[in-house]
Amino acid sequence: MLKTFPKGGVHPAENKLSASRPIEVLPLPEQVSIPIAQHIGAPATPVVAKGDSVRVGQLIAKSNGFVSANIHSSVSGVVESLDPILDSTGYKKPAITIKVEGDEWMEGIDRTADVKKEISLSSEELIVKINEAGIVGLGGATFPSHVKLAVPKGKKVDVLIINGVECEPYLTSDHRLMLEKADELMVGIMVLKKVLGAERALIGIENNKRDAIAHLKNVSTGYPGIEVYPLRVKYPQGGEKQLIKALIKREVPSGGLPIDVGTVVHNVGTTLAVYEAVQKGKPLVERIVTITGKGVKNPGNYLVRIGTPISKLIEAAGGLPEDVGKVVNGGPMMGKAINSVEAPVTKGTSGVILFPSKESLRGEAQPSCIRCGKCVSACPMGLEPYLLNQLAQRRLYDRMEPERVVDCMECGSCSFVCPANLPLLDYIRLGKTEVFAMIRARKS
Amino acid sequence: MNKLLVVSPSPHTHSGESTSRLMFNVVLALVPAFAVTLFYFGMGALVVTLISITSCLLFEYLIQKFLLKVKPTISDGSALVTGLILAFNLPSNLPWWIVVIGAIIAIGVGKMSFGGLGNNPFNPALVGRVFLLISFPVHMTSWPLPIESRMSYINAVTGATPLAIVKEGLGKGDTMSVISEQIPSHMQLFMGTMGGSLGEIAAFALIIGFVWLLVTKVITWHIPVSIFTTIVAFTGILWLINPQTNADPLFHLLTGGVMLGAIFMATDYVTSPMHPKGMWIFGVGIGLITVIIRVWGAYPEGISFAILIMNAFVPLINRYVKPKRFGEEVKKNG
Repeated sequence: MLKTFPKGGVHPAENKLSASRPIEVLPLPEQVSIPIAQHIGAPATPVVAKGDSVRVGQLIAKSNGFVSANIHSSVSGVVESLDPILDSTGYKKPAITIKVEGDEWMEGIDRTADVKKEISLSSEELIVKINEAGIVGLGGATFPSHVKLAVPKGKKVDVLIINGVECEPYLTSDHRLMLEKADELMVGIMVLKKVLGAERALIGIENNKRDAIAHLKNVSTGYPGIEVYPLRVKYPQGGEKQLIKALIKREVPSGGLPIDVGTVVHNVGTTLAVYEAVQKGKPLVERIVTITGKGVKNPGNYLVRIGTPISKLIEAAGGLPEDVGKVVNGGPMMGKAINSVEAPVTKGTSGVILFPSKESLRGEAQPSCIRCGKCVSACPMGLEPYLLNQLAQRRLYDRMEPERVVDCMECGSCSFVCPANLPLLDYIRLGKTEVFAMIRARKS
Repeated sequence: MNKLLVVSPSPHTHSGESTSRLMFNVVLALVPAFAVTLFYFGMGALVVTLISITSCLLFEYLIQKFLLKVKPTISDGSALVTGLILAFNLPSNLPWWIVVIGAIIAIGVGKMSFGGLGNNPFNPALVGRVFLLISFPVHMTSWPLPIESRMSYINAVTGATPLAIVKEGLGKGDTMSVISEQIPSHMQLFMGTMGGSLGEIAAFALIIGFVWLLVTKVITWHIPVSIFTTIVAFTGILWLINPQTNADPLFHLLTGGVMLGAIFMATDYVTSPMHPKGMWIFGVGIGLITVIIRVWGAYPEGISFAILIMNAFVPLINRYVKPKRFGEEVKKNG
């Protein structure tokens, strides 16, 4: 029996169209727009001015507080403007736009492919390096990594969990990374283990990536304390709480963090970024992005400089198909639909999916819930989406709090299974926002 | 690359599940039982079923179109299922006008008066059936004999159901060993060779339907299994105490409407609890009430009343019995 989380979950069609396409380097664009808020927490503060020349890896916006992250230039060239641009949220957000000239990197960045295995720095020095490199969770949540690595006093981490699940349909960037960068990944895990003082590191991978599982099992024999586990193909297997439950049978308490049960979870992409930052001196200036969709000519996986317009990625994959109704930044279950393909790739962009028009519109919602209970069975958090939906529609927000709406991680399983096509998650999100506002008002 | 794109919140994909597909699978699951009833009751079964389905669809259409003035939703298949299940709960020699009354009560009172699909607290088909049972007790309890009455409708040869024979026999003070000579064997019961409502007789055909519903994930096993378990446990205890004054558990399982009720009526989405814990409470309640009515009540059969009574508890169950939340227990301990 494969390990999995016990309650709920769904199995959407996997559609991993780009799984066999090796990572290619996307050609440099003419211009990049790098938003100063690509992470959860305070936006970074720009430290360059219009007209400044910058090189790849140069700090252009400085972390603004503990929960924040540095931003580095992903190209060499001249800063054109600091004006807001339309980003993938559809809103104008402050960003640093740079006109590309050549490809000059900062000194001290080792761009060779040699894998450097010895970790010479101390645990404290490692955290400083990771913080400086502006690393955030590359799985999509974009939470600053150094925050997760600072273990609070009195807490202990005995197991480090590496998330190679990639349970979202279509996306294959983590899959390719595990196949092509296994040794770098292993050294990254050793770095994280050292920082956290964890004895064991467990890599969880969904069982639809057998080649990656076999390859990592093989490579991990050269590194102490790293174990690879295949997991059942079930969404949201890669949800942080679900993954912890599946691998080490510990349940993160409601409102708590993984550290409360002695573990920390990092995505494989983040781990590779940690390796590059610590061992090669390279800040987070590029990431692997999947470009895919049923109408896409050449679905693939590309190494993309942060700030590159999504349209460049689409061009590389054979151009925008004739029939395209929706472009999603991220996976089909939790990704965000974007309104312009000129929005930049950011640290959190794991993939871009193009949907044909007939798959872009939602099905017509039925007049009412038929009370089939499928949403209750599908909810991995043990919530009752049908009830939360009703309460939100009737604006009974105070009743949503004891029904634990704040535990909802917005995985979308309820809306996915609903035979009446009800927009359950839309109403739950609304209720969640209201309940968070209520909680804030109570505290102040 | 200037194109208008659809922007909507996640998720951007759907399972493809729909109300009509679910209802269609329920209809498919009822096909084996319908084939069996055509074999045993022939003409009558066909006529009653057709009238029931047609009138349920028609009344739903008329009420939505002219009384509620909303877009009729008969294509969702729920009225079709109600019509089929109502017919399955009627004797095959029931006059056509009584079937029509049953349909108008089921759809009009049982379903539409509460606001239509999704809002009715009681199973509509059962509301119709129980209304008829109370209003037309003679018509509703004259049961055509299987096979013999195949070619006739109203003037079918009738007889008592096995449950009624047992109830009457025990009432007279006969022992089970005497009574058992007048009732069909367990194998005959399993194959459906007995008098009864037209769709309830053949356990094997209904079990095939159950398997289909499980395979297509229309329902989960919890409600039927909890009902079966309760009935077997309860009647088993009584039978072990005195096998001469109590029928055996298998007899209770195979006769009357237990199979039809547990598999197809208690599992009605709208009128049953939303998750396994609640489903167990619901199923155990139905099992207990059924046996109490059968053994100590005035009617030989009680599953219809049992389901309706437990339907009334569903909102309470949903309100107070909650699924296990993720991360809940840990918080209490820590």
